[in-house]
Amino acid sequence: MKKFMAFVKKEFQHIFRDYRTLIILFGLPAAQILIFGYAVRTDLTNAGIAVLDNAHDVVSAELITRLDASEFFHIKYFLNTYDEIDPAFKKGKIKAVIIFPDDFAERLTREGNATVSIIADGSEGNNANLVTGYTTAILNDYSAGLTKQLTSAMPVIIPEVRMYFNPNLQSHFMFIPGIITLILILISALMTSVTIVREKEFGTMEVLLVSPLKPWQIILGKVAPYFFLSLVNVIVILLMAWFVFDLPVKGSISLLIAECMLYILLGLSIGILISASVEKIMNAIFISALGLMLPTLLLSGFIFPIENMPKIYDYVSLFLPPRWFVEIIRSIMIKGAGFGYVWKGTLILAAMTLFFMLLSARKFKVRLGEGGK
Amino acid sequence: MERDKVIEVEGLVKKFGSFIANDHLTFDVYRGEIFGFLGANGAGKTTAIRILCGLSRPTSGKVLVAGFDANHPEEIKKRIGYMSQRFSLYNDLTVKDNIELYGGIYGMTMKEIRPRTEKLLAKLSFNQYGDTLIGSLPPGIKQKLAFAVAVFHDPEIVFLDEPTSGVDPITRRQFWEMIYETASRGITVFVTTHYMDEAEYCDRVTIMNEGMIVALDTPSALRKRYNSSSIEELFVKIARHKTETA
Repeated sequence: MKKFMAFVKKEFQHIFRDYRTLIILFGLPAAQILIFGYAVRTDLTNAGIAVLDNAHDVVSAELITRLDASEFFHIKYFLNTYDEIDPAFKKGKIKAVIIFPDDFAERLTREGNATVSIIADGSEGNNANLVTGYTTAILNDYSAGLTKQLTSAMPVIIPEVRMYFNPNLQSHFMFIPGIITLILILISALMTSVTIVREKEFGTMEVLLVSPLKPWQIILGKVAPYFFLSLVNVIVILLMAWFVFDLPVKGSISLLIAECMLYILLGLSIGILISASVEKIMNAIFISALGLMLPTLLLSGFIFPIENMPKIYDYVSLFLPPRWFVEIIRSIMIKGAGFGYVWKGTLILAAMTLFFMLLSARKFKVRLGEGGK
Repeated sequence: MERDKVIEVEGLVKKFGSFIANDHLTFDVYRGEIFGFLGANGAGKTTAIRILCGLSRPTSGKVLVAGFDANHPEEIKKRIGYMSQRFSLYNDLTVKDNIELYGGIYGMTMKEIRPRTEKLLAKLSFNQYGDTLIGSLPPGIKQKLAFAVAVFHDPEIVFLDEPTSGVDPITRRQFWEMIYETASRGITVFVTTHYMDEAEYCDRVTIMNEGMIVALDTPSALRKRYNSSSIEELFVKIARHKTETA
């Protein structure tokens, strides 16, 4: 045990002495969260919208002026027919179309309520939500003003929200679970495979193998610090999600952390498997980046909703750990789901972890038993 | 008087598939001697040293290192030191960190490690390097440190796999002085090399060719037997003899 601790200590020394590793470890998640978050925010100051005003009355004119004057929107197109909506969206420069019905002001005064349709571009989930939110706020603000002037029953403007492209708005707040998934795979698989392969490439692995340390102690000693750092990272990301984006964890935090630990183990065993298969650091980076990061980004549902993919990718993604993990994290964080809802994904991740661990253990045994050269 | 045998090898065979890397090697190494292993690349030196260090298992034959069978290398590993032909210290750790790491791996406590580190650095007059990163030291100093670290835990035997490849002549010279000093402490030195002049520094030399031991004796006895003025000349003679009879 003492020998093992001496070894683990050295691994920490490597990490803390190499500031580049530290930057990757802690700078990357912070940067990613801020970039994603920043992108979400900038899009919403001065977002382009289009207006289809069938009413052409005083109230609609007043509302249009208010929308345009707000810091959130500027009106890019005035549409004349419903047929112009689709091309306006497809040109891609607008986030939403606001539609006033033809008898708008009349209804509002006579019946006390009227409907404004908001059609938002659902392909950018966060934006769509914010656009409809701000529009609704402006409408409410206006009707509240009216209430003060009139003594009669309060006139209500009912926003009727619809999504173009993505009716159920399923990419909502996908990016925090996505970033956790990406970062954990990055640290646990990429960094462990690199750190193990580095020992091989520099020839220090041989010296370690000649030492009284057992092979499993060497591997465990190499990955233990990364397990610890990954967990710290998860906590940092969760805190940022909470304080920067107001996205607290709705479900059980201990369940979330436990799921993260499972996923880290999975990443570590993939990293060990990679390190057992290659001799050069560049190859380890290449395999991790191409084989793990790209599928995580593209096929996990993190950026592109799986539902919108061709069926074949849907089936492929079933074999990718990130897909299951993103789903689990999203359920726990956003929907507040308990273990009863995520047990299936958890079981699949656990099975995958076991599979990769056995595979890498076997691979290492083969290599060490009849040592390469 | 029977000398104390620290390595006993009898009929060692190592096959990779149909390729025979070590063909019935038989030799003994005595405690405290400097035992040289000579041969061209591919002669089977590295295979043999890997088996002796417990990195690889023999196909057949008896191999005892420090009294333990090579098929159970855990006990052997505690009693040996090893320096590979590639540099084996960590460039991103300081000199002291490296020493502490290897001392720790071999089960030494910090209480034992600290005073010994001071003594070692003083002896090599490397005091000023204690907190320097290995990566920023000149190659000659690194090489000497690597050797000092390999024998830091006082092993019974230290295996040096081409320790001086790519090192300048002056450092090689100093390096061999360190080897002599180590042997005088009773640590057996098992060294492979392809520098023929270094073979002259060994107590006994083994010459390998195509997986077999073709000669084993003191350098002077070998020179006499093969009527050569140097080991280098002798080596060429043996190699030529081999190809002629083949």
